[in-house]
Amino acid sequence: MMYSEKVLDHFRNPRNVGEIEDADGVGSVGNPVCGDVMSIYIKVKDDKIEDIKFKTFGCGAAIATTSMTTELAKGKTLDEAMTITRQDVADELGGLPPVKMHCSNLAADALHEAIENYRGKKK
Amino acid sequence: MKVYMDHGAGKPVDPRVLEAMTPYFTEHYGNPASFHGEGFDALKAVNRARGQVASLIGAEASEIVFTASATEANNLGIGGATRRYKKKGNRIVLSAIEHISSLNVGKELYREGFEIKYAPVDIEGVVDLGELESLVNDKTVLVSVLAANGEIGTIQPMEEAAEIAHRSDALFHTDATAAADQIDIETKNVDFMTLSSNDLYGPKGVGALYIKKGLRVKPQILGGGQERGIRSGSENVPGIVGMGAAAELASVEMDAEGKRLSLLRDTLIKGVTESIKESYLNGHPTLRLPNNANIRFSYIEGEALILSLDQLGVKVSSGSACTAKTLEPSHVLRAMGLKHEEAHGSLVYTLGKINNKEHIEYVIQQMPEVVGRLRAMSPLTPEELR
Repeated sequence: MMYSEKVLDHFRNPRNVGEIEDADGVGSVGNPVCGDVMSIYIKVKDDKIEDIKFKTFGCGAAIATTSMTTELAKGKTLDEAMTITRQDVADELGGLPPVKMHCSNLAADALHEAIENYRGKKK
Repeated sequence: MKVYMDHGAGKPVDPRVLEAMTPYFTEHYGNPASFHGEGFDALKAVNRARGQVASLIGAEASEIVFTASATEANNLGIGGATRRYKKKGNRIVLSAIEHISSLNVGKELYREGFEIKYAPVDIEGVVDLGELESLVNDKTVLVSVLAANGEIGTIQPMEEAAEIAHRSDALFHTDATAAADQIDIETKNVDFMTLSSNDLYGPKGVGALYIKKGLRVKPQILGGGQERGIRSGSENVPGIVGMGAAAELASVEMDAEGKRLSLLRDTLIKGVTESIKESYLNGHPTLRLPNNANIRFSYIEGEALILSLDQLGVKVSSGSACTAKTLEPSHVLRAMGLKHEEAHGSLVYTLGKINNKEHIEYVIQQMPEVVGRLRAMSPLTPEELR
């Protein structure tokens, strides 16, 4: 099974790795039994994602997709970020092996969950 | 530095083996079935190889049937024998850690109406003989317990398992694919034995099934009646010559190489598990193939480890689901009682002739940083792994 150069690049040099201690929203998907857990932390200012970080347990594709998701979301308004799909993430990475599309491409869900978590707190 | 430690998946062909094979591609290209000098030469070469393979396992040349893979030999040895002797009953017993090819033959036999029982293994990967005995009854046609599992390296109590089978007049098959080039394997109490050429440093695409004199199997490839009618198809002469040469080298060099690899293996296991917290050896500490080290690392996933190590020139395998076509973690690690999340973080190093002390030192030196980097990225906590 082969990964695209872009997937390998994001796996080797992941962007925005880490945690945000005082995050405004946190989203976490997957479970250790399946072999993938992705957590995304966001800091929101003026309805925009000012800062974003992630932590991922999983394969190369899991790490690369989370990294790419954070890159796509950074600086976007919350509404814009909510429209980022798993497919967008895969496309931006130059495609993923078919078996990885389901199990390892959950980061967009984690992002949406983080945004909903933030919006829920605000109410 | 390139450090290849995935010999369980694929081995280089020994240059001496390649040398023995080469003339059979371009000079001696006859078909062993032909009635002329070229054919006789080819036949002689195939029969010589048959003898070489037989000697490795203490068998007679006439008891060896060449196949195109160990997978095919497992199909023939388990499926072919069960179908041939189905009058005896309808049960077969397989160890839970058989190779996937054997397990899938079992599933097919189940669809054909046979009852399949799986003999469990303990936490170190050794087949539970008490359980095995309770599963084998007088309706059992065949029992299969591999000589050693290539993924966790645990050497199985083959003799005892064969005795249990024979006490109920069941046939005994063993898959010696991973073991035959590393430990002494005898066919004395074995009815069928699977062997692989590549695992002996021979070419890929060749395997063999030992069939004890007097026993038969139902052929699954029909044709011109090659291999005594058991496995039709013109013989892969260069490949068979290669397997023969590889078997002969293994017989001569196994003891010294086994000792050398055992030392390297133990250094690797000690070095890695001592320098990395929460890393554990999978399998048995001593009843272990000389070339196998299987180590699991908490909080991280095997495929990510493989990719990271590949970048540093280190080539290994994993029992992680992410490296499997099925997206299921290794059935071997699961059978041993490891949790999914533990199996995901397992790494398999299989050493070979080309590995040396420098390789081991390099891997020990690289591992902490690789593991550390992935752990720093992991959201898992000790609580989640409980």
